[in-house]
Amino acid sequence: MKKSKEVIGFQAVALSLTTVFAVLCLLPILYTVTGSFTPERELARGLKLIPKHWTLEAYRMVWKNPAGILRAYGITTALVVFGVGAGLIMVTMTAYVLYRKDCRARRGLSFFFFFTTLFSGGMVPYYIWMCRLGLRDTFGILLFNGLFSVFYMFIVRTYFTSNIPVSLVESAKVDGANDFIIYLRIVMPSAKPVLATIGLMQAIAYWNNWSTAAVFITETNLYPLQFYLYRIFQDASLRQKLMEAGVFVNGSAPMESYKLAMTVVTMGPVILFYPFVQKYFVAGVTIGAVKE
Amino acid sequence: MAGKKGKTGLAGQKRMGGWKGWGRELVRNRMLYLMALPAILYVVIFSYIPMGGILIAFKDYKYNLGILKSPWVGMKNFSYFVSSGKMWLLTKNTLGYNLMFLAAEVAVRILFAILVCEMCTKRYKRVLQSVMMLPFFLSWVIIGGMAYNLLNYEFGTVNNLLVQLGGERIDVYNNPGVWKFIFLFVRLWQGTGYGMLYYLAAITGINTELYDAAYIDGCGLCKRIRYITLPLIMPTTCMLVLLGLGGILKGNMDMFYQLVGNNAVLYNATDVIDTYVFRSLTTMKDYSVTTAVGLYQQVIGFVLVVAANWLVKRIDQDSAIF
Repeated sequence: MKKSKEVIGFQAVALSLTTVFAVLCLLPILYTVTGSFTPERELARGLKLIPKHWTLEAYRMVWKNPAGILRAYGITTALVVFGVGAGLIMVTMTAYVLYRKDCRARRGLSFFFFFTTLFSGGMVPYYIWMCRLGLRDTFGILLFNGLFSVFYMFIVRTYFTSNIPVSLVESAKVDGANDFIIYLRIVMPSAKPVLATIGLMQAIAYWNNWSTAAVFITETNLYPLQFYLYRIFQDASLRQKLMEAGVFVNGSAPMESYKLAMTVVTMGPVILFYPFVQKYFVAGVTIGAVKE
Repeated sequence: MAGKKGKTGLAGQKRMGGWKGWGRELVRNRMLYLMALPAILYVVIFSYIPMGGILIAFKDYKYNLGILKSPWVGMKNFSYFVSSGKMWLLTKNTLGYNLMFLAAEVAVRILFAILVCEMCTKRYKRVLQSVMMLPFFLSWVIIGGMAYNLLNYEFGTVNNLLVQLGGERIDVYNNPGVWKFIFLFVRLWQGTGYGMLYYLAAITGINTELYDAAYIDGCGLCKRIRYITLPLIMPTTCMLVLLGLGGILKGNMDMFYQLVGNNAVLYNATDVIDTYVFRSLTTMKDYSVTTAVGLYQQVIGFVLVVAANWLVKRIDQDSAIF
């Protein structure tokens, strides 16, 4: 096809609009990164994309006092590993049960799970009940909150129904395999793409979660990464704390650049992994759309 | 997504002879039920039991008395919610913001999906799309921090830019009026890259023969978009809009809270139901009233979702959630 003037014009518009949008998406991140390398005195006049002087001051400060951030990293990593691990097992097992047509309670069970997405008791009864269970200020509440997602479970169920023929399960059954073995040997190996997508979505949800800690955690040692960062942003006495910890340069603590450096340290893994796992997130949009 | 509502229970009992049939089923498929047990327990503990706590909305909850022994107060908590003016304010803000987001999101997402689709440079297109999706994966704490760095009065980049352009600094954190624009911008900034994927999927699903035929018939690009692309992604659009309308009373708590925080100057302009409930949890306010607010949100939300689903079902059976 020869390109008409209209097409060329349209593509010029498309190219420039999307480029502008993409630059806007990138700018705040770039500002944060270069800001974290900017001397505090220069920062006081505003963030610059390219600072006049570069310094590692802020990172030296993070490095001098690493206990808090390392612990927060540890908590969040543990949450991602255990949460996604246990979550995927629960989600796939349940999805498998609801996929099995010979399970007579599957309709009832489906509704039992589905109803929780339509209606809930709200935050306050949940909070009171969790406190009654003794989960306040425990690692447990961070882990349990969002461990099993009914939404993901139905996505996986749909994936099973449209990708794993019932005859495969039936013939395995005839061969004498029990239901769990079928799940382990036949269903799970063919579910890898959907597992990657859902596991990553859940991982990012755990990684970015701050609100659970805001409600349930007062113990500083249990702060997950994002909430740790939030507390640093909010801490009015941060300057003094930094001074007391002996991390100051030229008589004053570089507070703003310290915050920026902490932001970079916190979002680092997401940005680094992002290019490699992005395709699984893209797949997430269509993976649940296939209907029975 | 879920099956038809649990009618099978009754029908099944008749078929297999009541409880005995179910007993036999439990034994026969014991492994399956065992496998579903962790999730069933999870949902009971973390979803169904808290539903019972709705009672608090009709009681004067006292921590030392517990839920059951606290005295009943009827609808007092609800009438307080109404008479304090909070109900009108929160509902207005929640609906206003979310409707604005929904409308803008649909328009902008469709626009960018079409633009990206029509671009001819494959590799550049992929890079652009990756960059546009990036904000979706940042935490709201980080976005809140970035917003502060860009917007604050003393050294915010945007304010510096305004001064350079000959304007005046805007003290956004003391100025309720500007927040609709900030929220809208941040919402679009964060969600467009990922949200447009739904429309991209719909557009790539269109049969290319239609475009070729239109081309042969002498249709220009704009006409093709107007008469082929837009009508053919209508079902997707309708579905997404309706589902969005169903959830109009919830959502975006992270954004509202992380951008504004506990800044009382801005409450009237920026408080939505979610942030109100969240704040009263973190600052130990009146639990009974807050539960009532939550229940109000849940009930209206439930009605909206069911209504939206009913409409979706009438348009396109396959797109309905249940």
